[in-house]
Amino acid sequence: MTRKTIKVDVLARVEGEGGLRLVIDGNTLREAELKIFEPPRFFEAFLRGRNYTEVPDITARICGICPVAYQMSAVHAMEDALGITVSHPIRELRRLLYCGEWVESHVLHMYMLHAPDFLGYEGAVEMAKDYPDIVQTGLRIKKAGNAILKLLGGREIHPINVRVGGFYRVPTKRELAPLREELQRALEMSLNAVRLIAGFEFPDCTRDYEMVSLGKAGEYPFNAGRVVSSKGVDITPQEYDAHFEEYHVEHSNALHSRRVGAGSYLTGPIARYSLNSALLSPLAKQAAREAGLEATCNNPFRSIVVRAVEVIFAFEEALRVIDAYEPPDRPFEDVALRAGTGYACTEAPRGMLYHRYSIAEDGAILDAKIVPPTSQNLPSIEDDLRTFAPAWLQQDTNRLRHLCEQTIRNHDPCISCSVHFLKLDIVRV
Amino acid sequence: MSEPPRRLVVGVGNPDRGDDGVGRLVARLLRGRLPADVRIEEQAGGAAELVDLLQQADCVILVDAAVSGAPPGTIRRLDCRAGDVVPESGGASSHGFGVAQAVALAAALSCMPRVCVAYVIEGGSFAVGGAMSGEVVSAAQEAARLIVTELTAA
Repeated sequence: MTRKTIKVDVLARVEGEGGLRLVIDGNTLREAELKIFEPPRFFEAFLRGRNYTEVPDITARICGICPVAYQMSAVHAMEDALGITVSHPIRELRRLLYCGEWVESHVLHMYMLHAPDFLGYEGAVEMAKDYPDIVQTGLRIKKAGNAILKLLGGREIHPINVRVGGFYRVPTKRELAPLREELQRALEMSLNAVRLIAGFEFPDCTRDYEMVSLGKAGEYPFNAGRVVSSKGVDITPQEYDAHFEEYHVEHSNALHSRRVGAGSYLTGPIARYSLNSALLSPLAKQAAREAGLEATCNNPFRSIVVRAVEVIFAFEEALRVIDAYEPPDRPFEDVALRAGTGYACTEAPRGMLYHRYSIAEDGAILDAKIVPPTSQNLPSIEDDLRTFAPAWLQQDTNRLRHLCEQTIRNHDPCISCSVHFLKLDIVRV
Repeated sequence: MSEPPRRLVVGVGNPDRGDDGVGRLVARLLRGRLPADVRIEEQAGGAAELVDLLQQADCVILVDAAVSGAPPGTIRRLDCRAGDVVPESGGASSHGFGVAQAVALAAALSCMPRVCVAYVIEGGSFAVGGAMSGEVVSAAQEAARLIVTELTAA
């Protein structure tokens, strides 16, 4: 029997440093492991002793792509601990801010990182030579997401305007109004884009995932709701630790997650969509139908279509918020300090993000737990490889490598978040 | 009458990751020292945002940290229009999609500015929350002096 080792140093178009090791024995796939090399960053440890007010801005530094998610989970967890309920306009502005982040993150992934997989290019630069219009369209749509973050968050990356209880400063109606025209143009471009993306060729790969996301909030989820799953979980964020657990595997500096007594599960766009598609906005629903999506989606290769639909939702939702906006009387709620523990889950672009904090009477952080979506998805991504890759083992090595990389990119993993990841190592035995 | 040429300096990086913040330090050191027509921007390093900036000016100078194996503090001036290849930056890019990819993408999209120069400064330490190393701070001062000279003489 021949033994073949194929090593690729860098798996591109994912965030952070990691690798994939496949061990192939004849026609059998023996191992599929996502190796996470990026060193742990110990955010939870260095939050201890810091003041609760610092946490939203510190945790936002965990990721340059989804800082809003970290800020949102942080402030909601603090507000849970401190017994704060924010006003309706603050809640609406938080949804608007999240719209901006979903657009920024989804569009970067769809146009620059994932589309080259479907059009047969090494990356966006090579794709841009033949499809400049697609790339320029992506850049213009992303810019509209940036505009939301800049206006509401104070700047495009690592927004600085979010605080426990609300915002440091809220916009006036007049300040929000100019966004409307840019968002409307980007919505129209996005509607055309979803038709283009729906025309890509998708491998016929499906799995019986346990899909997990926020739900039952009467709205497509960003900041609120119960933690629900396609296999019966229906809990509050306060009950998360009793139902989900992190564990260490030798090949990864990022912790893995599983549902207690069940195993791997999936969070992210196709889970969120499958559990909440009835709650999408009208144009997003119509775009999903026209793109051939059913009410649920269990083909991870079609996640790019779901992201395109969620971008349409984000623009419609942003326009709704802007049109209905009435500034709050106060930009933030006052905080009465007390000791306690708070819990929150919000929907980062790549999936559900759980935060838990214990606060002392003086506001110092005693304990912190952060479970990013990529940590939750790592076992499921490995399961995707174990399920799908055996059918590809007869393909030449380059094609096999490409399909495996694409399988990972389907979930837009963020290794920087998960360690708080990729190099590819294929061993043929 | 044609519009005057638009000139732009973009300091790129993440100030929370040690030497990765050197591009942004150079941008700050340049404030008040450049001709009035030169705009100075700081940018976190996202390629999409950089391509947008590259389309906004006729002359762009990018300043970023680099990791090439040279001694920390080494300054290199690269002429992107002449095909000089911008090395990978230290860690500010998202999904490995930073300055090098932005320049390549702008070239592929035929939207490179008439002048596109990159000053890259070798970094040594990119730890989250870490301080910038002394030799890189000194290199930032020297790079700022070189850019003032280049843009004042132009």
